[in-house]
Amino acid sequence: MTTGTVDLTELQRDAFTELVNIGVSKAAASLRKMIGVQVLLSVPAVEIVSQAQAARMIGEREASELVVVQQDFTGAFGGRALLIFPQENGRELVRAVAGEDLSAEEVLELEDEALTETGNVILNGCLATMANLLQRTLSMSLPEVIRGDGPRIFQSASDEGNDALVLFLYINFAVRERDIRGYIAMLMDLPALESLKVLIDGFVERAIGETES
Amino acid sequence: MTTTALIVDDSKLARLVVTKLLRQLKPDWEIAEAANADAAMTLVGERQVDVALLDFNMPGKDGLELAADLRAARPGMPIAVVSANIQDEIIARARSVDATFLPKPLTEEGLAGFLSGAALRLRRAAS
Repeated sequence: MTTGTVDLTELQRDAFTELVNIGVSKAAASLRKMIGVQVLLSVPAVEIVSQAQAARMIGEREASELVVVQQDFTGAFGGRALLIFPQENGRELVRAVAGEDLSAEEVLELEDEALTETGNVILNGCLATMANLLQRTLSMSLPEVIRGDGPRIFQSASDEGNDALVLFLYINFAVRERDIRGYIAMLMDLPALESLKVLIDGFVERAIGETES
Repeated sequence: MTTTALIVDDSKLARLVVTKLLRQLKPDWEIAEAANADAAMTLVGERQVDVALLDFNMPGKDGLELAADLRAARPGMPIAVVSANIQDEIIARARSVDATFLPKPLTEEGLAGFLSGAALRLRRAAS
């Protein structure tokens, strides 16, 4: 499934997971400020899989239609960060962020805006923390809301077909006392991964003063 | 008597970072490592552990659950929970089991404060 050039060493994978963990944890703390209740996170999973497998991994977990907030990032390394929920959860999130008193119409009206803003806080917060730790600047596109099932969403992430390998990272999150759960996912293509490896080595070196050869 | 610090984190890198900082701050301390809560509890049963530094977000039991178990087993032990997850509930839960909350990424400064407090507490307990 993986080829020699894209393999991360155990320490690189570990370092990247830790990097994402710090980023997402900080982002969850920001979201907690927005909605006032605790946000629970799983341990991140990092895998190198094909675009199609990534789609299946989300698709198998979620039978329902999904709503996704996505942001592309470019710079020293590039890729796409996604905040994914079952469609119904998206509305609940809008209520959590924008208030309980909203009517169904108002929720509908506000939904995209609230999703965009929430996605922005989480995804930007996560990516900015990672960029700081890697001592590089990343540019983030504006968040975009899309709806569909797993395969459709991930199809749009790649124009070159489904066989391209990507670094696929995902974390489950849930909001306490609310029926809200979803995933944060990150997709990176292989050239991006190559540049990322160099940055991770630098990060490891700064963190522990040596790299594993 | 040497002091032993236990580092619990599923990330090897994170353990290496804590180890490096601990060596700088307390060169004479011994260091024990565990990758999860179960391994940590086994280790505490087998050998002397005086201070514990626990990651929060780990597979299996998380660092706060582990902190509560450790606290029950060792009422006087200085414990720190290390996490980038600075949500109020996490910090409050750390406090409720009398553990210090240290933000990740861990810095020498952040760790130094906890370690001096821990050393003081251990000296007082020994006298």
